[in-house]
Amino acid sequence: MGAIRERALAWLYTRPEARAWALLAPGGFWLLLFFLLPLLIMFVYSLMPRGIYGGVEPGFTLEHYARFFDPLYLQVLQRTFIWSIGCTIICLVLGYPVAYVIARGRRWRTFLLFLVVLPFWTSFLVRTFAMIFLMRDTGLLNNWMLKLGLIQEPMTILYTPFAVMAGLVYGFLPFMILPIYASLEKVDLSLLEAAEVLGARPTARFRRVTLPLSMPGVVAGSLLVFIPALGSFLTSDLLGGAKQVMIGNLVQNQFSSARNWPFGSAASFIVMALVLAAVMFYLRVKDRGPGGATPI
Amino acid sequence: MNMRLPRWLIAVSAAVYFFLHLPVLVLVIFSFNDSKFSVDWQGFTLQWYQRLLERPDILRGLKASLIVGAAATVISAVFGTLLALALARQRFCGRRALEGFLYVPIVTPEIVTGISLLLLFALLKFPLGLTSITIAHVAFCISFVVIVVLARIQGMDENLEEAAMILGADEITTFWKVTVPQLWPGILSGALLAFTMSFDDFVITSFVSGPGSSTLPIVVYGMVRKNVEPSINAISTIILLTTAILIYLADRLARAK
Repeated sequence: MGAIRERALAWLYTRPEARAWALLAPGGFWLLLFFLLPLLIMFVYSLMPRGIYGGVEPGFTLEHYARFFDPLYLQVLQRTFIWSIGCTIICLVLGYPVAYVIARGRRWRTFLLFLVVLPFWTSFLVRTFAMIFLMRDTGLLNNWMLKLGLIQEPMTILYTPFAVMAGLVYGFLPFMILPIYASLEKVDLSLLEAAEVLGARPTARFRRVTLPLSMPGVVAGSLLVFIPALGSFLTSDLLGGAKQVMIGNLVQNQFSSARNWPFGSAASFIVMALVLAAVMFYLRVKDRGPGGATPI
Repeated sequence: MNMRLPRWLIAVSAAVYFFLHLPVLVLVIFSFNDSKFSVDWQGFTLQWYQRLLERPDILRGLKASLIVGAAATVISAVFGTLLALALARQRFCGRRALEGFLYVPIVTPEIVTGISLLLLFALLKFPLGLTSITIAHVAFCISFVVIVVLARIQGMDENLEEAAMILGADEITTFWKVTVPQLWPGILSGALLAFTMSFDDFVITSFVSGPGSSTLPIVVYGMVRKNVEPSINAISTIILLTTAILIYLADRLARAK
């Protein structure tokens, strides 16, 4: 043992960059080999002709990307996009008031924040199942509405676009609340006092001071909701049934029943590209950020 | 200045909190309901929990999840800690790029990670099973460990290490006796996060698991697909409780002095 230890120490001294390498190598190679390389393979596969038994055949083709101009798949893309944006807007409308109440209300702040963070660490599968439990035909929601006399017979809620949207909002709402809260919490209250002294009504104070200063949080929150919504799979799979297909389900389908790997890879690459585009957009907006971040 | 919150704002927030927590709350409550079909309260029972013990698939799934979780946690905790140390302490070209790259696995949709790994394993003819699942889990857990440990390193006093060296400790001794003990809460907290992610993961696992290597979430998904029955409520409650405890511990450790 001693000899190895001596050799290791000598190595560390004689080659300063060796230390960096020794620290970097295991994790770095893991990420290279099992994260980056697979993405690369996926991209290459998306450009190759389809094999008969699932795989690919040698060659080059753009047909898998061209297929997205087919109305059927264009519709899936469109639906994914519209639902993701819809989900983002609903989360914004519901999440902003909550973030505002947490930031401005002096009482129970820690507890209210805790309640927002809690779903983050709740299994997504379990949460989706909870929605099924509520929304299915013999579920609690129908049961309550029947008892209250709001409806005469069970209503179909599950497997409708409404169910998927409810599931998406339920799943990603906390991502919206936290960043907005963070930027609202930083707003300097003396600015609001100044506005009041200068005669601004509460609505004007909100519109002219609070809202602009919370924009970084709004942008960050919107991205944090939009990105996972774009790539969501479980929600539409379990709450949407066969008709409410999003692009994530399309990808999964190509690898299970349809056995068209290159087309699935192309679809998957499109999701990845959209997500990265959204991240790039966010980084650019953040750097120029209105209010808070960069003083004028 | 008058800082009272308008009533309607509080009402909206209350409704949102209701929406966020009612489903899971109901799910948990009804895991104790003494009726297979009814969504009316029929009395308290633990029979759905007892049922779980009679199901070999759930027990096997639990075992698979624990094995994968333990292996993925140890590997990603060690590799992640080393990476964090490199990022915090070493100067090398591409450091900035690597730091940014660490966030890519976090923003990448799980479905993309899942199928790309499936392609890799298929290309290498690597058999799908607990090993492939562990490899995949490490790939998405490392980033989280790095971020947590990095935060810890940044709050650490470098002088202590220097002092140890001046007092004659060599690099390796300093690392084990000074650096690691200081980092320990960060490493543990990162490890607990990694375990939680691994224990919870369904989407990625579903692509890289083979026949006979179903983890707990895969088994639960199968149950949800087939039929909605109270034992799903029971197993869900157990999963919730487990992750809640782990996260609580991770949080305590991350804040430890």
